[in-house]
Amino acid sequence: MPDVAETARTFLGMPVTRRRFVQWSAAAGGTAAAVGAAAHYGLLPADSASAAARAVAGDGAGEKVVWSACVVNCGSRCPLRLTVVDGQITRVDSDDTGDDELGSQQVRACVRGRSVRQRIYNPDRLKYPMRRVGKRGEAKFERITWDEAFDEIGSRLRRTLDDYGNEAVYLNYGTGTLGATVATSWPPAATGVARLMNTLGGYLNHYSDYSTCQITAAYPYHYGSWVSSNSFDDLVNSKLLVLWGNNPHETRMSGGGETFVTKKAKEMSDVKVVVIDPRYSDTSVSIGDEWIPLRPGTDTALVAALAHVMITEDLHDQDFLDTYCVGFDEAHLPDSATPGSSYRSYVLGIGPDRTAKTPEWAERITGVPAGTIVRLARDIALTKPCNITQGWGPQRHANGENTARAIFTLAAITGNIGIPGGGTGGREASYSMPTAGFPTLANPVETSISVFSWTDAVVRGPQMTALADGVRGKDKLDVPIKFIWQYAGNALINQHGDANKTHEILQDESLCETIVVIENHMTASARYADILLPDVTTSEQADLAQQGSAGNLGYLIFADQAIEPLYECRKVYDILTGVARAMGVEQEFTEGKTQEDWLREIVAASQELTPEIPDFDELREIGIFKKKNPDGPVVPLREFRDDPVANPLDTPSGKIEIYSERLQEISETWELPAGDHITALPEYFPTWEGAEDPLRSRFPLQCIGHHYKARTHSTYGNVEWLREAHPQDVWLNPTDARARGIAHGDTVHVFNDRGRIRTVARVTPRIAPGVVSVPQGAWYTPDKDGVDTGGCTNTLTSHRPSPLAKGNAQHTTLVEIEKA
Amino acid sequence: MGGQLGFYLDQNYCNGCKACQTACKDKNDLPLGVTWRRVVEYSGGTWANADETLAPNVFTYYTSVSCNHCEDPICVTVCPTGAMSKGEDGIVTVDPAKCVGCRYCEWACPYSAPQFDASAGVMSKCDLCADYLAEGKEPACVAACPSRVLKFGEIDELRAQYGDVAGVEPLPDPSITRPNLVLTPHRHAQRTGEGTGAIANPEEI
Repeated sequence: MPDVAETARTFLGMPVTRRRFVQWSAAAGGTAAAVGAAAHYGLLPADSASAAARAVAGDGAGEKVVWSACVVNCGSRCPLRLTVVDGQITRVDSDDTGDDELGSQQVRACVRGRSVRQRIYNPDRLKYPMRRVGKRGEAKFERITWDEAFDEIGSRLRRTLDDYGNEAVYLNYGTGTLGATVATSWPPAATGVARLMNTLGGYLNHYSDYSTCQITAAYPYHYGSWVSSNSFDDLVNSKLLVLWGNNPHETRMSGGGETFVTKKAKEMSDVKVVVIDPRYSDTSVSIGDEWIPLRPGTDTALVAALAHVMITEDLHDQDFLDTYCVGFDEAHLPDSATPGSSYRSYVLGIGPDRTAKTPEWAERITGVPAGTIVRLARDIALTKPCNITQGWGPQRHANGENTARAIFTLAAITGNIGIPGGGTGGREASYSMPTAGFPTLANPVETSISVFSWTDAVVRGPQMTALADGVRGKDKLDVPIKFIWQYAGNALINQHGDANKTHEILQDESLCETIVVIENHMTASARYADILLPDVTTSEQADLAQQGSAGNLGYLIFADQAIEPLYECRKVYDILTGVARAMGVEQEFTEGKTQEDWLREIVAASQELTPEIPDFDELREIGIFKKKNPDGPVVPLREFRDDPVANPLDTPSGKIEIYSERLQEISETWELPAGDHITALPEYFPTWEGAEDPLRSRFPLQCIGHHYKARTHSTYGNVEWLREAHPQDVWLNPTDARARGIAHGDTVHVFNDRGRIRTVARVTPRIAPGVVSVPQGAWYTPDKDGVDTGGCTNTLTSHRPSPLAKGNAQHTTLVEIEKA
Repeated sequence: MGGQLGFYLDQNYCNGCKACQTACKDKNDLPLGVTWRRVVEYSGGTWANADETLAPNVFTYYTSVSCNHCEDPICVTVCPTGAMSKGEDGIVTVDPAKCVGCRYCEWACPYSAPQFDASAGVMSKCDLCADYLAEGKEPACVAACPSRVLKFGEIDELRAQYGDVAGVEPLPDPSITRPNLVLTPHRHAQRTGEGTGAIANPEEI
């Protein structure tokens, strides 16, 4: 039995004593001596101490405090109050309203929002419009004027529309300004870019998102539509919370969002928290009572074994299953189903595979000891009510659609759906105070592709079909993607799969002919632009910031303009107006309105939906408007539970479909590559690069990429304070480190046949043996030998999509690690 | 000003986010390498995986720590120039005009509170946001804490409410400097001198 504490001591030196602490701090002091003098950014006040003194003295000499916001895609949303002295932001504070109670909480910004000054005044800021002069990815550009940029984009766009039609123009995924309104970057249909393209005949749309492809695809077949689990403020009514790959303390980190809500609810109640995750997350550290690690991608097998225990010990909720579900047992299958195709038959081994899904069977696959499975099954089945809620990591796998449905099914087997204190197996709900968005007109093009398919559509668009590639709205694509808009996003390379392969595709200018990137910084994606346009940050424009997930709190933030645009940066609305002018559609695009004109209309329209929202000028003054959910905690499917006949689901049966007739039909009609499975039941099957893939003889480690405190995806990835607080690394267990001669802090290479990254080893017992994690979102930075020195997890991931969603399976990745 | 001020941390719900550290750096314009407030991760435990199953007995907890404005501030004791002092308000500060940057205080302090500012050539440290206190505001780190686990106040009141524990790994024995710090220990916390784990993020502190 390896002793991890012993191992850790070996890596770190002597046991911890006062003296060791002193020595480490001395090392930190040495770091300061090396880099401290160069740490200030040029744009900070030359004498920040005196600026701060002025701010404190409050002498009013050019000083003001302006409400702004952090609008990135973490699932939370935070207001920021920016102190501005003589036109420069000198300090960042957060919400100073509200209290520490659920529903009226102060929305305190997390570590990232706190560092926004270094994101605004960043050496990577784009300063003026540029045209590419080197190869794509080389980041060789020449400066051009805004008029030259508009003319060139206009002529290129016109040529694409004339030669290929509107289906050849694609709006790539980007969520850097997700929470903004006029300047929002996702979903594509909500953006200014969509509004512009809609005045010109439309664009090729995408469905789903890099966060949730598989669960989004699973929902319609299982529940009829997206169904969240109970909101976390409802935990005060729960006896047990099962966080299945759900990690609010590292993903939704706002001090007004789910970090605050779960901590507060845990404190207020006696709810026990079980965390199922290959990694001992910070959610486990803070609110977890028990941690159950498993091999990535084997969740469906664990669910089946839990069900086996519940069925054989008669702990399942047969009444719920009989009343509300299709396909749990043979008596509740649709007529078309063959005998033995119920979930019960699958679990007990009387279905076609004749394999009982016993705890011993699952132990071999998942790594979870059989005894633990038995105990967990009894805990979940006997502790009522229980909220089973999955995060989106478990589904971001090669079999993620079935994983999502299996966890939904566990909630049904235990009868916890639609009741206070219970849950549906989905991710947590939260109160959504209704507000209005930016009107973007209708897209005449009805074709769409999966968010993850765009590189395929660049390479072989006309070969892509509905049955083989998930093309929607049409049987097949007629043209490849020839023109890409990338606004406030890094999925052009960094957040997409297989960065090296994406690089090759983008380098071929005969494929995609034009790439326009609108950005704040020289990101990995920006390096691939043909025309690169400098966008202002949130602090340099007025906009509305929409609420994040915050339990029973709804809110709206007026993110005002704090400072003048830096350099030649422009608002995306003004940039698109310039392109519209070049294309002859300026009036259609703007309707003669400025950004503030639109904001006034959107506030007025929001008041129609939520009358308590104050008028524009008052909202601007108060900065944040909050409203507590008047209906109490969100309990999805409550009406269905109360009366399933009067409130049927949007499935063919009106019930929860554990067996989906439509998925059975899809499994018989879709064209799938060898090894891919779509099944009517949420069955386990081994996948490419999964826990059971023979490829593990060459690449033995399963690589996941957890969401990291230093970044929201790739946003904030170039902020020094955050790199200092949370440096990029790869997590690996001491057992795996020792086998490779790797010590904590060693520089290592993580690699497979697709790529190689260089990063630092974080040797920690907090991750399961056989599993490593490269926190996702670090910026792809290949050196001359092709080694990614930025440590981007997508240098290692694949383009291969999942079967049903055609989505990104970025946590299904095998690698090996060696000392650099 | 009333009695001696100090900090309180509920380790149970600290998730190591470092909003406190970053709010401090923003408020005080601190360069890289100078972190008046830091967050230490302490981890340990074992894996019983001889049979290829995953059976962990692992623990982790975080401790956010800054200057504790100690009753026996060893930094003041060792300072050869009188630059380091404990004021009438109990706040330990450094006078940059008197500091010669010899770094004895940095070496002596078991909490690594005084930190060398290379650009100025002198020591720097937490002053409990004395300017904010004068305005009736909370210190930046306390106001920033998303989980509301970091608090400050008169140490007598904090101890009356939360007890007097300050000797939790990996912090030093509180008898050395008598810190004005109170912890609610994490459910997995180990007492100073009795720890089985190790600091997991030495490079971050």
